[in-house]
Amino acid sequence: MPYDHESIPPTPITSVPSDQFLKTGSWRTFRPVIDRDKCIKCFICWKFCPDVSVRVKDEDSYPEIDYEFCKGCGICARECPKDAIDMVLEV
Amino acid sequence: MRKVITGNHATAYGAKLSRPGVISAYPITPQTTIVEHIADFIADGELSCEFVKVESEHSAMAACISAQNTGARTFTATSAHGLALMHEMLMWAAAGRLPIVMVNVNRAMGPPWSIWADHLDSVAQRDTGWMQVYCEDNQEILDTTIMSFKVGESRDVLMPTMIAEDAFYLSHTVEPVDIPDQEDVDAFLPPYDPPFKLDVDDPKGFGSLVMPNNYMEFRYLMKLALDRARERIVEVDREFEEAFGRSHGGLVDLYRCEDAEYLIVAVGTTSSTVREVVDQLRSEGEKVGLARIRVFRPFPVDEVRAMVRGVKGVAVLDRVYSFGAFGPFYTELIAALYGQDERPVIKDYLVGIGGRDVRSKHIRDIYSNLKAVTRDGLDSETEWIDLNRPGGGA
Amino acid sequence: MDLIEIRFHGRGGQGAVIASRLLAEAAFIEGKDVQAFPFFGVERRGAPVTAFTKIDDRPIRIKSEIYEPDHVIVLDTALLGYIDVVQGLKPGGRVLINCPLERAAQYRARSKAPIDAVDGTGIAIGHGLGSRESPIVNTSMLGAFARSSGLVGIDAVAEAIRRQVRRKVEANIEAARDAHDRVDTMEG
Repeated sequence: MPYDHESIPPTPITSVPSDQFLKTGSWRTFRPVIDRDKCIKCFICWKFCPDVSVRVKDEDSYPEIDYEFCKGCGICARECPKDAIDMVLEV
Repeated sequence: MRKVITGNHATAYGAKLSRPGVISAYPITPQTTIVEHIADFIADGELSCEFVKVESEHSAMAACISAQNTGARTFTATSAHGLALMHEMLMWAAAGRLPIVMVNVNRAMGPPWSIWADHLDSVAQRDTGWMQVYCEDNQEILDTTIMSFKVGESRDVLMPTMIAEDAFYLSHTVEPVDIPDQEDVDAFLPPYDPPFKLDVDDPKGFGSLVMPNNYMEFRYLMKLALDRARERIVEVDREFEEAFGRSHGGLVDLYRCEDAEYLIVAVGTTSSTVREVVDQLRSEGEKVGLARIRVFRPFPVDEVRAMVRGVKGVAVLDRVYSFGAFGPFYTELIAALYGQDERPVIKDYLVGIGGRDVRSKHIRDIYSNLKAVTRDGLDSETEWIDLNRPGGGA
Repeated sequence: MDLIEIRFHGRGGQGAVIASRLLAEAAFIEGKDVQAFPFFGVERRGAPVTAFTKIDDRPIRIKSEIYEPDHVIVLDTALLGYIDVVQGLKPGGRVLINCPLERAAQYRARSKAPIDAVDGTGIAIGHGLGSRESPIVNTSMLGAFARSSGLVGIDAVAEAIRRQVRRKVEANIEAARDAHDRVDTMEG
């Protein structure tokens, strides 16, 4: 949605992970799904996500995908050392 | 304390006194001694700051942008081809609203290869969003460095500044320079307090994609920022005068322009020679003054309109030419005056390109020519001064 | 005092640029406005180097190079063979040459200007400045110039050396004082 110049910051600043200007979740073809039986909470998916769409509450919790913004690029699935992330076709 | 130092040494003092957190620069003639003096200050323990060594000017500006984004005050210096290599990053710094301060030693662009004074390098960066201040002497470089942090860091400005000093005429020439005390500079220039910055405890993304329905608004904000900077530059110049007892003229530095019928508009060190010639001409009864365009961006539109009121003829001295058009300072002046009821005769004189020495006699010749064309009508819009002509005539 | 302009001729490594700055510093110490700058060229060791100093009671505003010097200082006689060191020298201007007076006599044919001569090389070597092959003569020549021109006092030259020279400070000052006492003059 359009904003006027009085309601925007001086330069594009996006809070992380949310992007108020563009919700990219609808771009997905495949969605990453984390298998908690295999996940070892190494958070490599969080580290590699280029859109900051992997949320980590604390080190004891499992990582969670923010599907409002995840574009489904699959990097997390590719990098997961335990193959704990499946890319599932969106329907 | 007054010391006899070069413009590059004065630059290093200006940077040091402003207490930058990070400096990143790549050496290039005639800027190199700025980096050397800064390195000396750091090695001697006089300046506590992170110096980031890089492999190019593009990287130097990228380092400044990143550092400034973390909330550090940053400084850099370059010249000519180094500045050209920074071009992309300059736009990032400005649109990122990062009030970085940079000194550019004005040097001609090659080829032909040249290391001498010329304004093409900085004028070619006119539309990047950077403020541009052209200096007349070494004192002004030091003082403007301190002032530019204050102007740029104003919450309602947040824009970077490029300070321009002529190669060799300032960079390698020693003159007496007053070096202010650190505590006085500290009282004048508070620590950098940005409204936003990179923070691991409060992560943010900067410079993300914006669709056409919002891009223009960000550019409009930059326009407003530089409009406000016009006032801030004048205010900060006044504050500086109160604190340190000297002013450099704000946006346009007028000298003996009251009751003037003719104005010589000059930029950088040429202005200093014009100042002397104006005194000579005044003593001969001529009604002439110097209008030194100190700030090129934001362009001082109102000041330019006011200064020509009652003036018959204006000579613009351009140390740079826009190929296929005119001298850029002339073009800006003409643009500001179009639509005014009263317009003087204005002629553009190309001087000092690539370090050709601009002497008193050239200024006197220009003045005579200006009076003639004001009386008889313009022969042409532009004239190249001291050009070697076929057959040996000048 | 009106504007006085001084031109130094030397070769890269002899300290002509530093000499121009030391002279400016000395005049500044005595309350003058000053400017000093090298010829805006590309300097290399051994290549001819020109440097300039301007001294005035009033603020110096002309920012162009020097074409008609009041004084010329020649740091190396080898330059006399291929550089016209008296070019533009003002009427009444003086030339100070780094050589014994008897050798300076041979340069009289070129110019009617008064010539001052000092064995700056011998003095520099005597004070251990630079090497025998490449002595650094700038401070000796400045000391001599203080005497021959009367533009600055030798004490101001000594103080300028103290402020700006980082190595062999006392030897440089002694060389300047020595040269100051040993200038010979040949009036035009």
